[in-house]
Amino acid sequence: MNSFLSLFRRLEGPQTVGRGPAFWGAFAIVLLAALAYPLFSDGYTVGNTVYFFVWVFIALSLCLIWGYGGSLSFGQTAFFGIAGYGYGILTINFGSAYGFTLLALVLAVMIAALFAVLLGYFMFFGRIAGVFLGIVTLAVTLMLERFMAQTAGPEWHVGAARLNGFNGMSAMPPLTIPWPGEPIVLFADVGLYYLVLGLLVLVYLGLRILMNSSFGNVIVAIRENPERAEMLGYDVRKYQLITFVIGAALAGLSGVLYTVWGQYITPSSMGMTAAALPLIWVAVGGRSDLTSTVIGTLIVLAAFQALTIYGSQYALVFMGVLLVLTVLIAPNGLVLGVMNWLGRFASRFLQRAG
Amino acid sequence: MDIATLAFSALYQFGDAFAFLVLSACGLAVIFGMMGVINLAHGEFIMCGAYVTAATVHAGLPLPLGILAGTLVSALVGVVVELAVIRHLYDRPLDTIVATWGLSLIATQGTLIMVGSTMAGVGTPFGSFQVGAYSYSIYRIVLFGAALGVLAALYALFNWTRFGVLARATIQVPHMAAALGVDTRLIYSLPFACGAGLAGLAGGLYAPTMTLVPTMGATFIMEAFVTVVIGGADVFLGTAPAGGVLAVVKSAMTSWQGQLFGQIGLLVAVIIVVRVLPKGISGFVLRERT
Repeated sequence: MNSFLSLFRRLEGPQTVGRGPAFWGAFAIVLLAALAYPLFSDGYTVGNTVYFFVWVFIALSLCLIWGYGGSLSFGQTAFFGIAGYGYGILTINFGSAYGFTLLALVLAVMIAALFAVLLGYFMFFGRIAGVFLGIVTLAVTLMLERFMAQTAGPEWHVGAARLNGFNGMSAMPPLTIPWPGEPIVLFADVGLYYLVLGLLVLVYLGLRILMNSSFGNVIVAIRENPERAEMLGYDVRKYQLITFVIGAALAGLSGVLYTVWGQYITPSSMGMTAAALPLIWVAVGGRSDLTSTVIGTLIVLAAFQALTIYGSQYALVFMGVLLVLTVLIAPNGLVLGVMNWLGRFASRFLQRAG
Repeated sequence: MDIATLAFSALYQFGDAFAFLVLSACGLAVIFGMMGVINLAHGEFIMCGAYVTAATVHAGLPLPLGILAGTLVSALVGVVVELAVIRHLYDRPLDTIVATWGLSLIATQGTLIMVGSTMAGVGTPFGSFQVGAYSYSIYRIVLFGAALGVLAALYALFNWTRFGVLARATIQVPHMAAALGVDTRLIYSLPFACGAGLAGLAGGLYAPTMTLVPTMGATFIMEAFVTVVIGGADVFLGTAPAGGVLAVVKSAMTSWQGQLFGQIGLLVAVIIVVRVLPKGISGFVLRERT
């Protein structure tokens, strides 16, 4: 019981922005609003919101590896794609009876994590860091995209699942919860919304606890100065590998949920552009904090979609400009800057009032 | 097929792979070796060189002049990018990668909007010749010669010119070079233009052999990355031997299982090499020497 309570105490700490009743009050209000939201909206808009939420997981994974861990990985979309394809192959072969889709979700995420263990072992135990890490992960991602794009022929199949080359896989069953009477099928509207929202809150709070635990402190210490962390007796490689694998699992979760949401997955979800987008959300939001990453991702996604209505070609140029300007002007992220400013303002206001 | 034609075929494929790896990587390697920065817009500089070459050839210029124009325009764009963006990020190498990726997005998409989804190509010059049952393109041999030429020119530049000496001094001990009156900011900014120009040259040289699309840079960058990662920071001790080793892997895998497996072979080679030689071939060689 006592250790359980101390887990809750880790929800706030030096590695995450936001503490005290004001922050958690705001958190509760946002959560309540998110829970009530489907009551005031139509199925299509709710499905679209699920689409936004799906991407938050991959953004959080990048925030963990890049923002907290200090290793820039361009390979998150590779794990996204692997898990997405994994879910498709598993469910097309074994169907959706007996809640198998839920098991397939877990298995697909585990496949992505295993791949990350393999890749991460070679990278971190070879002690490559900095720019090389980014290049190797990017090369792996592009390679996977090229590989999947050429699997158009009928000889490329796993069991009953055709890989279908550039057009990608489709028609995998949606998530289905076994239920006495009739199983509940989670299509991309209210049902899936509550599931994804629940997962999102769990992952967000879980990562807050993880980052404020001693593990998180070591990760940040390694980011600040790997040699110092090593001298203090921590095996830097192990910590980096574990962070990388957790991040890969989150990116994989994102991939599975994306596949479930649209019931398709294509090789272009691992391409250059797809790999750049999470980077933009996280950089603009503020990579060194979980909350700003979530907020930044949702804002940039919404802006991107609004721009796409007027012309998707220009939207991408705008994203590129946004990324360059963020790096030049606000390297810590725009949303994080605003959040810190609000925090200072609030504390000054409280001091004057009290 | 007798042994001689088989050997020639293998040699030809090796030369082709070597030229592609070295030409696409040397611009990236110069920038990385001198500035410690990876230019993710490298592929877009290559695309720029190819487009300018094609445009000038369509305007009536002969191909060599077109390639020269492509090289110069890319180098000029490199100067502008360096002044506008890279200069402000010298002490933040990871941010430089992110920023150049933003530039890459802008360039690819901007080209798509302005020029359209394809551009009329340039015919491959020189024709072909016959050995045994197969015919070979003469231009591929010209490309191999060009790769060797670029390596030789870079060697001469860094070893025999005043700029090369100053540049190497600046890399080794920047403070000392600055104290001796070297304008280190200038020394740092020139390699970027130089690397961009080399990328443009690669684009110009390969423009007659491929379809010109805004995303053509992506065909080059994986090979370029792989070569630079394996080679390490030094162009001669790294890029050239890395190009040689990888060309063997690539041409062998390609003739065995096809193009895609050639690339997968490259990737696997890289992942194994970074585990064994984290600082690349040049790091290994330099450690042996000292």
